[in-house]
Formats: sequence, C-alpha cells, structure tokens
Amino acid sequence: MSAEAERHDAAPDRHPAIAGPLLAFLSRSFEGRAIGADDDIFEAGFGNSLFAMQLVAFVERTFGIEIDGEDLDIDNFRSVTRVAALVARKRALAPA
Amino acid sequence: MSEPDEARARWRAFADAQVAPQARRIDREECVPGEVVAALRAAGAFASGFPEAWGGPAGSARDPVAAALAHGAMHEALGAASASVQGMVNVHHMAGSALARWGTRAQKAALVPRLAAGDLVAALAITEPNVGSDARAVETRAVPSGAGWRLEGRKSWITCGQSADLFVLLAGTPEGPAAFLVPREAAGLAVAPTRGMLGCRGYALARLQLEDCVLPGDHLLGRPGFGLSHVAATGLDAGRHNLAWACVGLGQACLDASLAHARTRRQFDAPLAEFQLVQRMLARMLTDLSAARLLCRKAACSRGAGDPGAIQEGAMAKYFASRMANRVAGDALQIHGASGCGPDLPVERWFRDARIMEIIEGTSQVLEIAIARYGLQAHAAGGRAA
Repeated sequence: MSAEAERHDAAPDRHPAIAGPLLAFLSRSFEGRAIGADDDIFEAGFGNSLFAMQLVAFVERTFGIEIDGEDLDIDNFRSVTRVAALVARKRALAPA
Repeated sequence: MSEPDEARARWRAFADAQVAPQARRIDREECVPGEVVAALRAAGAFASGFPEAWGGPAGSARDPVAAALAHGAMHEALGAASASVQGMVNVHHMAGSALARWGTRAQKAALVPRLAAGDLVAALAITEPNVGSDARAVETRAVPSGAGWRLEGRKSWITCGQSADLFVLLAGTPEGPAAFLVPREAAGLAVAPTRGMLGCRGYALARLQLEDCVLPGDHLLGRPGFGLSHVAATGLDAGRHNLAWACVGLGQACLDASLAHARTRRQFDAPLAEFQLVQRMLARMLTDLSAARLLCRKAACSRGAGDPGAIQEGAMAKYFASRMANRVAGDALQIHGASGCGPDLPVERWFRDARIMEIIEGTSQVLEIAIARYGLQAHAAGGRAA
C-alpha cells in the first residue's frame, strides 16, 4: 500500500467548519434523511444520477477549490469526514 | 449590441450561410460533408465551451456567463440549420468537456488544444446493445494488462462513431465504471456504420467492437469507479445544455416557417393566419418556444457562474425544450399540410429530427425522475422547489 493510501486510511482530522455545510447539503440531497459525518455516502445510495457532480459543484463553489482528476479517489468521497479532509488539504495547498 | 446578442447574430449568419444550405443533403447522404466540418473549424465551433487556457474562445475566462450564453447561441443556430451538424459538434463538446474537466495535466496538454482547434474530433461512447439509460450496467470490460488496460465489448448508436478521431468510452473495471480515451486507430477497435435512422441522419452513428484492444495506462480518464458518476456525467451535463439550445433553434425554425406559411397560404378565400385554430397553434408555438429559451438562458447563466444548480437547470431545460421541439414540429407539420410532409420543404426533417431529441442525452422519462428528485430534495430541506 502506498504512503498516500495509508494516510487516507488513517482516521482523518475533523474539520467541523467544512463538514457542517457538507452535512446540510447531504441531508438535502438525501431528502431530509439524517446522514452522519462518517456514514458511507455511496452505501447509503443517493438515488439521483446527477448527485455526484452536484456534490463536486457544491464543494468547489462553497469552499473555493477545484476538484480535478487526481482527486477522484473513493477515499476522498466516501464520507463527509473524508470530503472535508480533501477540502482542507486542497485549501492548505492553494496559493494564498 | 451586447456580447451574447453579437454572438447570436454571428452564429446565425454562419449557420444560415454554411450549414442550412447543406442540411437536406446531410439528411439524404447520412453524413456531414468535409467542407461543413472545415467551415465549423474555421468559425471556432469546436473551440466554443473549452477553457480559454486550453484553446477555448478569447475572453471566456474573463466573462464565463457571456461565454456560456454565446456557446448556447451557437448550438441554437446549428440546431436551427441542421440537427445533424449540431449533434456532431455536441458530442465533440460532450467528450471534450469530460476530458478538459477530468484529464491529467499531460492528457489535457496533449489533447485539449487539438480538440479546441478541431484538428481532433471527439465522441462519447456509453451506449451498448443491452445498455441504454442504465449505464451502470455497462458490459464492456477493461482489465489491467501490464502497465495498461485491455478492453473487450461492444458499443452501439454512437453518434459520430463513423467519423470521430477519439472516443471517451465507458467500460467496467474490477473497481467500477471507468472512462478511457480510445483513439480511432487503436488496434482492436472496429467501427461499423449504422444507417437508416428515423431522424438526425447525419449523426454518422456506428457500432464499435473492442476485441483485445490494449491501451497504455495513460489512456485512463479519471479513476476507476468515477467513469460514470463524474466523467460521463460531465459530458452528459454538457450535452443536455447544448441539446436544449439546439431544440430552441429547431423550434424557432419551425415557428418562422409556420408564420410565413400561415401568412401566404390561402384557403376559404383567406390566409391561414386568419383562422383562429391556426392562431391557436401559432400562439402555443410562440409561447412554448419563449419558455424554452428562458430556461436555456437561466441554465447557461448558472453554468457560466459555476452554480451547482446548473446541473438541475440543464436537465429541466433539455426536458422542456425537447418536448417543446416535438410539439412545435408537430404543429408546423400540421400548418404546412401535405407540402410539409413532402420532399421539397424541411418540415418533415424537422419533425423526424425533433423526435430524436426526447431520447438522447437522457430520455424524457429519466429526466422526469431526476427533476422530481430535485423537487423532493428541496421540499424535504424546507426550501422552495425551483
């Protein structure tokens, strides 16, 4: 396993300021069902084939980052906690 | 004149001069002639919609909303002149937008400027003999082979399958659906034309057969597992926006011809325009068309602004505009009577082409499900549904 993958598998840091808006967005997308920060988004089944791209657009617009092909890793999108960690990493890398 | 108005006038003049005069021949011969492709290339039709940094239109980075409206105006003008030509440009933009969005830096540098220049024409290969709306059930398989991938399977009803230089192709992998960049000359790819379609006959449809088709590792677009939900979805989103505009163009062509015919054709000692039942058809056409155009403009503004709502608005615009095009083309045929059904007017072609619009890039039924879900989501969240 690569060092990168190991880092993803470790429990990610919490980023409540990022996870909060994401949870609200997810709850809306799941028609009001409560979604936990660590629930598997894909296993929960989002029922709308347009959801994945909506999530990308929401994250980019809300947090001012760009998701690119290199970020397409299931470990970046599995749960709200994972998406929040991706956003935090990309923000830390972004030029000021 | 505002920038989008200028673009609209420019694309309309281009389509009237370079595309419309060829539309009948394109329908009859079931292909888009090389001189039309060359004219599209020279006019920048292939470049529209691509990021400016990779060869897209000048000024689009500065004003992405104006660029999105101009892009829509181009698809409207092409849709009015020839649904077949619009389809060719549309699938190029669908495949190209997926590549420009999800490609690695090296993939983008190698391919996107050539796509924008129109030196390479791209197409999207999702549909299969057993796989239509439910693309998750894709049967084409890609398995790791050395440092690359080996593909096996069949694709069908692929627009521009006969002519495209590069396919963005969906295949299943052990880790889920993945998108691949398949060059036309790839060993193991065979292309067979599909002819005799109801409408959009210049789409140059083809069946693709992949047999022991080995691709280098850098031909994977995005990552396995994301080929449908992100890569193909990006192309389909672009396609819905483009096609909605094309339907507005097609509807406008039908309306213009119907107004002219109603004013000049006389029956019972009066022009058809004097008859209230004809007026009712014209009123419905005009209103339907205006509503579709407004949905397209709203969707384009959202798309240009990077608003997440653009995906929903594109679905709604395509759903409404494709149904509008069918209603309007049906009324145009009714107003024209036998002459509309005959070989001398474009009305029968518009009628056939319009019917295709409700089937491609998401059937009306699939879009109804998606749009209803948006309403349910918004309501559950306590928000307004539109």
